[in-house]
Amino acid sequence: MSYFGEIYTGAVSLIAGLGVTGKALFQPTVTVQYPWETIDITPTFRGHIELVTDEETGNFKCICCGLCQLNCPSHCISIKSSKPEGAKKKALDSYMLNFTTCSLCGTCVEGCPADAIKFSDDYNLAGFSREEFYFDLVKRAREEK
Amino acid sequence: MKIERNLEEHSLYLNMGPQHPSTHGVLRVILKLDGEYIEEAEPVLGYIHRMHEKMGENRTYAQYLPNMGRVDYLSALSYNQCYVGAVERLTGIAPPPRAEYIRVITTELNRLSSHLLWFGAYVLDLGGFTPFLYSFDDREHILDLLESITGSRLTYCYFRFGGVSKDITDDFITGTRAFIKRLRMHLPMYETLVTKNVIFINRVKEVGIITPEAARRYGVTGPALRGSGIKYDVRKNEPYSIYPEVDFDIPVQDGCDALSRYIVRMLEMEQSMRIIEQALDKLPEGPVMAPKVPKKVKPPKGDCYFAVETARGDFGIYIVSDGTETAYRIKLRTPGFSNLSIFAEISRGTLLQDAISTMGSLDLVIPEIDR
Amino acid sequence: MEQITTSMLINELPRLILSLVLVIAFVALNALMLVYMERKVAGHMQKRLGPMVVGPHGLLQTLVDGIKLMGKQIINPEEVDLPLFRMAPILALVPAIAVFAVIPFSEKLVARDLNAGLLVVFAYASLSVLAILAAGWGSNNKYGLIGAVRSVAQQVAYEIPMLVSVLSVVLLSHTTQLTGIVNAQKGMWNIVYQPVAFLIFFICSVAETNRAPFDLVEGESELTAGFHTEYSGMGFGVFFLAEYASMVVGAAIATILFLGGWNGPTFGIGGALSGIFPGVLWFLIKVYILIFIVMWIRWTYPRVRFDQLLNFSWKVLLPFSLANLIITAVVTKL
Repeated sequence: MSYFGEIYTGAVSLIAGLGVTGKALFQPTVTVQYPWETIDITPTFRGHIELVTDEETGNFKCICCGLCQLNCPSHCISIKSSKPEGAKKKALDSYMLNFTTCSLCGTCVEGCPADAIKFSDDYNLAGFSREEFYFDLVKRAREEK
Repeated sequence: MKIERNLEEHSLYLNMGPQHPSTHGVLRVILKLDGEYIEEAEPVLGYIHRMHEKMGENRTYAQYLPNMGRVDYLSALSYNQCYVGAVERLTGIAPPPRAEYIRVITTELNRLSSHLLWFGAYVLDLGGFTPFLYSFDDREHILDLLESITGSRLTYCYFRFGGVSKDITDDFITGTRAFIKRLRMHLPMYETLVTKNVIFINRVKEVGIITPEAARRYGVTGPALRGSGIKYDVRKNEPYSIYPEVDFDIPVQDGCDALSRYIVRMLEMEQSMRIIEQALDKLPEGPVMAPKVPKKVKPPKGDCYFAVETARGDFGIYIVSDGTETAYRIKLRTPGFSNLSIFAEISRGTLLQDAISTMGSLDLVIPEIDR
Repeated sequence: MEQITTSMLINELPRLILSLVLVIAFVALNALMLVYMERKVAGHMQKRLGPMVVGPHGLLQTLVDGIKLMGKQIINPEEVDLPLFRMAPILALVPAIAVFAVIPFSEKLVARDLNAGLLVVFAYASLSVLAILAAGWGSNNKYGLIGAVRSVAQQVAYEIPMLVSVLSVVLLSHTTQLTGIVNAQKGMWNIVYQPVAFLIFFICSVAETNRAPFDLVEGESELTAGFHTEYSGMGFGVFFLAEYASMVVGAAIATILFLGGWNGPTFGIGGALSGIFPGVLWFLIKVYILIFIVMWIRWTYPRVRFDQLLNFSWKVLLPFSLANLIITAVVTKL
């Protein structure tokens, strides 16, 4: 009897499985047609970093302390700064981010004493060469303006 | 036809991996086959060795944090918790209670997402496509929830020495409760579609037998151990964080086969949901960071070991500090390594297809094995 | 059979060429449609949309894929057995197409209405195993070899219950001519008298066409792609075409043997419906419903294990089909 019993329970379980997928056939789909539709990204999204400009003066908030460069686990930030004669503060010459080695951990933003860097919400990052991902953040920020 | 063969042995050597659909990464297993039967199976490791332990000796304690999300990318928060816990034990920083609750809530969500992914991938290994996408549909909600507070979807780096980087929001709490309700509704669907399916049961029942004795010998932990009838879970046996304060069970099955391990994981999902619900109910107010955490963490000379229960088993970190900014030695005890080493023994004499279902039931994450 | 004479050949030649062209066109078009259908069915079962980009609702996606496959370079891996390796895809497609010569789409729409039509169908169908064996052996690949060996065992095991279940239909209709079998179902479809035989035939034809959950021959999670691991471009494309062609053959034979072929439903309220469509349409509707069920099964179940697959055939299907045959024989004699 167990021979027939096994066949029966097996058949019942198979039909129940068909029921689940059959029901799903008529349920609405959950996917998004990506290039045409997009979902809003969360405000906490950690993209690559950008320089923040001070709205009053129009200058970068960066005080060139080099903490981000020091804190970065992957050594992907390099800053060059100079102190023009007569000026009180150091001025930022170049802020290079080597995005190919960045692990998006956010240690740089967290450690920044002047809140001078923020995460970008740009996630469409694709390129044809490695050089495209050596970001010159000063240039990027100026272009955005 | 020039397939390599040894005429005296009459056996066929088959390289399963390092590129193979069901080794989930770059694991290579050298199989010695007699027809479809496996005479010997030898796992070959090291294809994704990234020197995580050595990196720990060259980076400061804070710089090493992001590495933890990358050792086992499917339960990154458990790894975060373990490392943070070890450093806290070494330095004596005590995180505030709210931070501990948040850690447990997010870690358990991470465990759910890991188990859901495993469920999908396991059925995919066995040839069923559709359950994979159903479980990914559910998992996507967890990723959305975790992204809203941690900022990333997979390689989280959320915990800090002495707390967590960001407080959780009300949206996250309501979202989590809604998700738990949703998953409770979907689990019976998984049961009809997969757990009760006669083809599935035949593929996993009495396959890949791990005897309790062998499990002890190899140091198997996690659901693989609990599927062999041994009730061992770091959350209960060596309680950390707020686990002593919440009420949950450790599911144990004594079938010792792939089906038992499967059932243990499915039951664990329910327990994780219970833990999250209780933690959300009890969630205390207060800060999420300890008040006095030094900018540069410099633990005193000494060593310590801290272990947590990840989705795959017992993960431990052993840190030796020489009093400087970087650790003298960091040793990671990953569960996948021990769980894989038993594969050679239990797959001997089984069919090729059984080897797939055995390996899948161990829930291996290759980067975690190679580190 | 009549003596073949030169004058007969001249008379028949245009008809033969026409049917050949029609059949090949049907197989190719049908494969395009079925691949599209499969992807849509799979997509919606998995709560996704499936192809949506090329053409309205992705209708032209499979056509574009086909063109891409044709444009690919033909790669012959080193150390393959070249004649076997290149012959295998053709060997897979030809029998699948040849079977269409005897399949009656409607009362008149049949290329050759042979009196041993059923035998021709199964003779050709069992050739497909040869193609898989040639592909697996010829490609000098271990995965391919294991897939090929599995295929032989599987085909042998599933051919027998299939033939036995078909025999009980032959007993009912007293003929092996396919049009004759359909005509014998004018009153009532065979599925009503032979539900067990239908189920067994259906399961076996899924196994014969190597569709999931019986797709051990290509089982991608253990054998990467089984016998067609080494094939790329149109070599793979032709195997694909053959798979869908043999799916149609399986469904068409099931329709002819059990579901009344081109006849509309003649019983119950269906009797009123049967007049509204021409026979061909009825035939195709039934075929596509069966194919849909095959797809539904594929996207629901995991793959069976090899020994269980054989056990299922020898321990369940064969005894049931034999019992069914004996009962049928006794009842028809009474």
